[in-house]
Amino acid sequence: MLRRSFLAALAATALAAGSLPATAQETVKIGLIIPLTGPFTTTGKQLEAAARLYMQQNGTTVAGKKIELIVRDDAGRAENTARIASEMIQNDKVSFLAGFGLTPLAMATAPIATNSKVPMVVMMAGTSIITERSPYIVRTSFTLGQSAVIIADWAAQNKIKKVVTMVTDYAPGHDAESSFISQFKSKGGEVSESIRVPIQNPDFAPFLQRVLDAKPDALYVFTPSGVGAILMKQFVERGLDKSGIRLIGPGDITDDDVLPGFGDAAVGVVTAHNYSTDHPSAKNKEYVAAFRKANPGMRPNFASVGGYDGIHLIYEALKKTGGKTDGDALLAAMKGLKWESPRGPISIDPETRDIIQTIYIRKVEKKNGELYNVEFASFPDVKDPVKAAKK
Amino acid sequence: MKEAAAALKRKRAWHWLEYVFWLAAAASIFLLPSQHALLTQIAIWSLFALSLDLLLGYAGIVSLGHAAYFGFGAYVAALFAINFYGEPVTGLLVAGVAAGLLGLITSLLVLRGTDLTRLMVTLGIALVMYEIANQMSWLTGGADGLTGMPVNPVLGVFPIYFITTNSYVYVLVVLFILLVIAKRIVHSPFGYSLRAIKGNPLRASSIGIPNNLRLIAVYTVAAAYAGVAGALLAQTTPVVSLTYIDFQRSADVLLMLIIGGTGYLYGGIVGSALFLVAQKFIGNVTPQYWEFWIGFALVVIALFARDRGVFSIFERIIAALRKEKAKS
Repeated sequence: MLRRSFLAALAATALAAGSLPATAQETVKIGLIIPLTGPFTTTGKQLEAAARLYMQQNGTTVAGKKIELIVRDDAGRAENTARIASEMIQNDKVSFLAGFGLTPLAMATAPIATNSKVPMVVMMAGTSIITERSPYIVRTSFTLGQSAVIIADWAAQNKIKKVVTMVTDYAPGHDAESSFISQFKSKGGEVSESIRVPIQNPDFAPFLQRVLDAKPDALYVFTPSGVGAILMKQFVERGLDKSGIRLIGPGDITDDDVLPGFGDAAVGVVTAHNYSTDHPSAKNKEYVAAFRKANPGMRPNFASVGGYDGIHLIYEALKKTGGKTDGDALLAAMKGLKWESPRGPISIDPETRDIIQTIYIRKVEKKNGELYNVEFASFPDVKDPVKAAKK
Repeated sequence: MKEAAAALKRKRAWHWLEYVFWLAAAASIFLLPSQHALLTQIAIWSLFALSLDLLLGYAGIVSLGHAAYFGFGAYVAALFAINFYGEPVTGLLVAGVAAGLLGLITSLLVLRGTDLTRLMVTLGIALVMYEIANQMSWLTGGADGLTGMPVNPVLGVFPIYFITTNSYVYVLVVLFILLVIAKRIVHSPFGYSLRAIKGNPLRASSIGIPNNLRLIAVYTVAAAYAGVAGALLAQTTPVVSLTYIDFQRSADVLLMLIIGGTGYLYGGIVGSALFLVAQKFIGNVTPQYWEFWIGFALVVIALFARDRGVFSIFERIIAALRKEKAKS
């Protein structure tokens, strides 16, 4: 008896120290597939850093199983994501697929998740339809519609009557445009002009002149993060900031990761989004401090919380199943889970497996010499409006 | 005349290394089941690189936009399957013909000018095709990708949808057939006339070779090959996205071909295998530095082998061994 407990204690210490290779049944593997090379590297880095941080803070043993994270780079190419996902299932025997930085990457993997009954946690990609592509998909990021619709609500409530929209000419841009316009019009607003800007070599100057001539109350903008800096600079150069036209949009344009490089032109931009580095909760302060300590020079953004909460979701689901990795049982455990994230209270919609979260209205301000999205209003329990409208 | 015909026949006879290669490829179906997903990708990139080799290695046409035909073939195959018929071989034929037609039309632009002009024109064609695919998102899905493509069993009997091993067999057979055809093409009088044009266009035309017609023909064939490669990728990955047609893909295929060696037909296969295996294994260790190593390898290969790639290094070793043997 004594000997057995001694052995157990020895095994436990060895496991905790990670010095003994755990056997196959005792290890649960999470396959994290993210872009670590190519144009979407920053997204991948944020996701990986957050996932590793969560595991460092919460340990790597859940319900008696050792958790192992396998990270692979797909370079943002759908065929790589699909290949890596099937290799991970076949060769590494992963129990969870996670990551997915862009919509096509998630779409390519969805049938693989369905076929193999492996839960697939979408930590970033934001097109509404993704969760409908497989009953094994759960999303911890956001949908584009959540921010686009809420900023429309906010604008309508705050004496903005006439808006010009300007989006980058690609599928997410089109979604951001249509969600905003339909919501804003239903609240009695007027959209006087809709401008689409080419995705390659964006130059907003000629379009901004048209905006100036149209004299709207606000300019609604959606661009891939990073491009926003050019826009804001030209917005100020063309004198639109002095004409009384406000700049509003979904939070992607003032991504916390790149915002510090935007310069003072960004001050005053109002956006709606699910997370700000500046979110004033104790949980978030702790999160930001730990994240910055582990990753010097990086600031956690909305992608990072998707990764952090994604791993949390996996841990909680395993706790509920008692360490069982049956796909259907895990999915049942994930549905309806509620918890306090660094971004605030969130939950998984049991019907759609999509995220329900608070969307905040934020304004870019300078604090201690650094730019932040400072939250000043919130819309709690926002579901994906696209799926809600289908009902 | 008879002598010439005999010489051509000798040239196109199979080298013993080719038998070894295809036997190894066939053996991999049984021996490497865990790597079939990767091998499928290698075979598809190989076919794509082979199509570029027909242009660059034999006709001397430099292209920085070969993904235009690859992506076009992929979109055509996917849309054909969604709207009409999901049998994969039919899809390949339709995609090949469509990409070939696009190649035929655009070849008229590529004929003009020298290497530098061709580089710019091919790049331009690919950028235009990319933007068209992005703009017509009602048809192509744009940046969200095109999904929902049905993949029926090959010829109605051999299922490949989500069966990794079967997909690999299917792709390998297609690669084999198209390589045999390419071998016939480059070792035909037509193929030799291409090499003559590559060597010296003025002299070629002075001995009566219709340079432009020959270049149009090879460009069309290469575009059709690229289209088939794109269609294969679409059928084995259930989504077609803008990355099928982007500049990175045109650049990568050129890299693979140059690493392997131009003008061997097998150069693209060796290059894409090295590239993808290195990407996978170096990438697993240090994803961030993978690009550093591929750049480093490229510089080394360019220094030692020029555009003849890894293949020419093998060749030199074999030649040196033969010399030794002859001496002893």
